[in-house]
Amino acid sequence: MSPLRLLGVALVLLAASGCSRLEPWVKPYERENIADPIMAWDGNPIASSYMQHMYESREGARGASGASGGGCGCN
Amino acid sequence: MQLIRRIALLFLLPLTALAGVLPDDRADLMYHSYDGGGVTIDGPSLLVRKKFAEKYAVSASYYVDMVSSASIDVITTASPYDEERTQYGAGFEYLRGKVTYAATFSNSSENDYNADTASVSISQDMFGDLTTVALYFTRGWDDVTRRGDATFADTVDRRLYGVTVSQVATKNLILGLSFETITEEGFLNNPYRQVRFVDPDAALGYAYEAERYPRTRTGNALALRARWYLPYRAALQADYRFYSDTWDINASTAEVAYTHPLDDEWTFDVHYRFYTQNTAEFYSDLFPREDFQNFLARDKELAAMQSHSLGFGVAYEFKPARFEFLGKAAINLKYDRIRFEYDDFRDLRTAGVAPGTEPLYQFDADVIRLLFSGWF
Repeated sequence: MSPLRLLGVALVLLAASGCSRLEPWVKPYERENIADPIMAWDGNPIASSYMQHMYESREGARGASGASGGGCGCN
Repeated sequence: MQLIRRIALLFLLPLTALAGVLPDDRADLMYHSYDGGGVTIDGPSLLVRKKFAEKYAVSASYYVDMVSSASIDVITTASPYDEERTQYGAGFEYLRGKVTYAATFSNSSENDYNADTASVSISQDMFGDLTTVALYFTRGWDDVTRRGDATFADTVDRRLYGVTVSQVATKNLILGLSFETITEEGFLNNPYRQVRFVDPDAALGYAYEAERYPRTRTGNALALRARWYLPYRAALQADYRFYSDTWDINASTAEVAYTHPLDDEWTFDVHYRFYTQNTAEFYSDLFPREDFQNFLARDKELAAMQSHSLGFGVAYEFKPARFEFLGKAAINLKYDRIRFEYDDFRDLRTAGVAPGTEPLYQFDADVIRLLFSGWF
């Protein structure tokens, strides 16, 4: 099977998998630890934003430092 | 002036912190202080957020940097100065089902620099709320001027595209992935900074000319992070970020952090961060002659360098008796000690040696954040 055809089959299988419901492997009742405030990516946004600003003023790199997008899956 | 660079995102990203649920109503008042390398910066900061009907949220922020600078750049080529930067921000969020839409705007100004920044983001919970995906776009418009030179005025146009994914991997482990592309176009150097070049006729053996940067820069950053819940109620986090840009800077950042609560009131943090980067393509500590090449830089931010940070934090949470409208409150004290070490940026305060043989520059900085937070 050529690599292109293999890729096509993989895409078809991937698309077909979207029709089935994905079961959460961590059940809601198992999320007590994940929902603990100590597991927050960023418990104090005002302080972490300041540190990001402080580092970016003194180093050449920037970006992707934020802790955004951190869902705990606990709602 | 150089401090304002790339601060546009300050206070913007937290608005995309959670999809599916809006963060609690909260006010933070912070005093921040930086002291290192002859520079002291301190000031207050305020961030307030309030939600309505569990669907809408607004936020407002205020931030001040009071700068007193006698940095090595300043004392070798200019005079110490004081200045103040003020930033205001406002944001709005709308939660619909498992999707959160957010928009923010901020303005930052000081006597020779003004920056307006707008950002929009969308984040969604999916796969049984185990995965959160956020997309965001930020646009910045900066106006650059130069004190004492009414004829100089220029602009910078910034665009940032980002995506983050947060994944609950197990009942004790969360994984995070972030990718950002940042493009900048305009006047990207500091209008005051100078580069040095070999000049046999000069008393020191070298002389100065103005730095010149390319007018475009594009950088990509990819970050991976993981946070574990330990068996005895504590958390361990590891982060790694790789950065690369069109000025040939490649950088790596690695960090580990440990959080340990004690009873319900106290939380202790300790973390270590390491950063390393190589030299920008057009950087040199000492150019062989005047106008040696098209682009010239001697900004230590573009030199090969490393930084080591060791930080501690302690938080105390309590129910304030005098302020009944506050459900709870917390006091946080955070301290970081940072060492910056440069591989090709020399300390020109050392006189009497041949140009280019001065000792390499390094300095330590102390960074303090003292927060009072109230949830209402």
